[in-house]
Amino acid sequence: MKFFGFKGGVHPPDNKAQTAKLVTEDMVSPKMVYVPMQQHIGAPLDPIVKIGERVLKGQKIADSKAFMSTTIHAPVSGVVKKIEKRVFPLMGQANTVVIENDGKDEWCELEKIENWKEASTEELLKLIREKGIVGIGGASFPTHIKLNPPKDCKIDTLLLNGAECEPYLNSDNRLMLEDPKAIVEGIKIIKKILGIDSAIIGIEENKPEAIASMKKVCEGTGIEVLPLHTKYPQGGEKQLIKAALNREVPSGKLPAAVGVVVQNTGTAAAIYRGIVLGQPLIEKIVTVSGKAIKEPKNLRVVIGTPFSELLEKCGVDREKVDKLVMGGPMMGMAQFTEDVPVIKGTGGLLALTDEETNYCKPQACISCGKCVDVCPMNLVPFMYGRLAIKEEWDNMGQYNLMDCIECGSCAYICPANRPLTEAIKIGKAKLRSMKK
Amino acid sequence: MGPSPHIRTSETVDKVMRDVIIALVPALLMAIYVFKLKAVIVTAVSVIFCMLTELVFNKIRNKDCTLHDGSAIITGLLFAFVIPVDMPIQFVIIGAIVSIALGKMLFGGLGQNIFNPALVGRAFIQASWPVAITTFSLDGMAGPTMLDAMKRSLPLGDVLIGKGNIYIQSLIGNMGGCLGETSALALLIGGLYLIYKKQIDWKMPTIIIATVFVCTYLLGAENPLAQILSGGLLLGAFFMATDMVTSPVTPKGKIIFALGIGFLISVIRMKGGYPEGTAFSILIMNGVTPLINRYTTPKKFGEVKASGK
Repeated sequence: MKFFGFKGGVHPPDNKAQTAKLVTEDMVSPKMVYVPMQQHIGAPLDPIVKIGERVLKGQKIADSKAFMSTTIHAPVSGVVKKIEKRVFPLMGQANTVVIENDGKDEWCELEKIENWKEASTEELLKLIREKGIVGIGGASFPTHIKLNPPKDCKIDTLLLNGAECEPYLNSDNRLMLEDPKAIVEGIKIIKKILGIDSAIIGIEENKPEAIASMKKVCEGTGIEVLPLHTKYPQGGEKQLIKAALNREVPSGKLPAAVGVVVQNTGTAAAIYRGIVLGQPLIEKIVTVSGKAIKEPKNLRVVIGTPFSELLEKCGVDREKVDKLVMGGPMMGMAQFTEDVPVIKGTGGLLALTDEETNYCKPQACISCGKCVDVCPMNLVPFMYGRLAIKEEWDNMGQYNLMDCIECGSCAYICPANRPLTEAIKIGKAKLRSMKK
Repeated sequence: MGPSPHIRTSETVDKVMRDVIIALVPALLMAIYVFKLKAVIVTAVSVIFCMLTELVFNKIRNKDCTLHDGSAIITGLLFAFVIPVDMPIQFVIIGAIVSIALGKMLFGGLGQNIFNPALVGRAFIQASWPVAITTFSLDGMAGPTMLDAMKRSLPLGDVLIGKGNIYIQSLIGNMGGCLGETSALALLIGGLYLIYKKQIDWKMPTIIIATVFVCTYLLGAENPLAQILSGGLLLGAFFMATDMVTSPVTPKGKIIFALGIGFLISVIRMKGGYPEGTAFSILIMNGVTPLINRYTTPKKFGEVKASGK
């Protein structure tokens, strides 16, 4: 298969070696689990359980009538203790169902479609929604919506994102090594839903074992494994499509516009487990790493497990933590407390020291143009920095601000450490509010 | 806290500037070798007064001291490099002060200036004391430089150049001219270091030099190679045109900028009143930089037909 690549990008130190070879450990579920009602892009969910009610593992506990929504399930069996607003990892607070774990791990009865080949697309999509499956990559887009592209778009290719281009993270990598069959079965189901034959799995070259592992299980299935250059943001949806298929998603359009649906490899596995085994999305593989972590690990944890428990499990030197980050260091969210739970979008938990964050005081922009060179969307990030200071939001829009994917490459490379992503995020928010 | 990314490169503005200073060292050493103690004095005075001027401006404006970034040192070195070693010391001081004050601090300091500060200083001296800046000497002998000689069709053997092969002498820098401009080899080494360190792109100096070679030839130069090896071309091409602050940011803009400089140098040298044209060409193109940036904004990703193929 031909690799086309994409323009721009950066090569941060990948820091994957600490956890790349560590087999995923199952973590004992905590005594209390905290399940936020807002774990996907779209409407927050309404709890459908009451305080004091006993719930079984895998039981649906939240739903919504909104179009852009999915479902949430109890990650353990136990009693609902509280339903209250609590801080959660995505800024601010979210309504949270607090369940006291009874330690029995009693599953509820699970709806499944074992002979999925016979099922209709509608049945499959409905079940995917019922299982609360969202994109595993971090953005948490409801999967059943993504798998139902606009009818006027002719989809011809399914592109699986196994790039895992964020430094430190190995959760996708471990999944591809430990459960490649689930991924392949998931891909088959997605292919049936989309009614297409062609599927490609893109994996960065710094994961040769994952490439070998996927190649082995893909043999004879017609699914192709494509090694990608190790470069951030290789896993960006638009970059991945450009690199693998040499197709450019038009500005403001979805991948479906060029006939492609992109799914994370982990999402494919979640689809298999949801449809064939009936398991809803209630657990995640989380890479816990960073120099302030004594024993970095890959952990399989239930959603709702507080970060503090993960940090305790791996040992953390709190004195040394400069930043606690959920997700990768390039696009993850900085956390101000450990007292927030793992959610569906959690792929990593990093305790970074100041040696790793490499902060320097912002200096004057010297127009070096490095941000322009690395921008994978071909934008001019230094201008956003300058215009934001002058509050010229309109002008930022003129420079195609809305096309920015917020990958952070510009801010990463800036020798003056200008707060470019901050300027971009504020600018986007201002522009959106002006349009209303 | 703060938004992503949570890691960043170890590169800082200070490190960028440090690389430029290191790259200027070979030219300084060659200048000292050819012009002896005088070169040391002129350079030291220029650097010291540049730093002092910046310090005073920061004090007056109640701003943090910015000397650590090293950009004032670079301006000091570059200003010393573009004036003759025999220039009266009071003019060196005035030029250094003007470079930083008028060239940089009045615009708001590092990153805000439109024109290359050292060249602003040079232009000021050239306008005010034209004789001082065009009086060159080598080993105590005064006379025209090689560029001057070529312009006036004088025999090259009678000009300010050390005995021997003119190419070898201009490579080493054993000839009359501005303090840091004479040794082509030293400037080349410094320039290659900057390219190796990825602080400058090889394209810009290459385009400037190639343009001068081709254009001066087309405009009737008998020896385009000597055009390249003498005067301020190499210093300008590697160290001044590539000044990040005052040159375009976009890939296309950088090419247009370099072509413009090369063309202007050739026209001034071959058709204009001066034998040299590097400083003015760069200043002129500095002035056009914001415009070039504006009209060479790259085509964004996804600016394609709806089919996308």
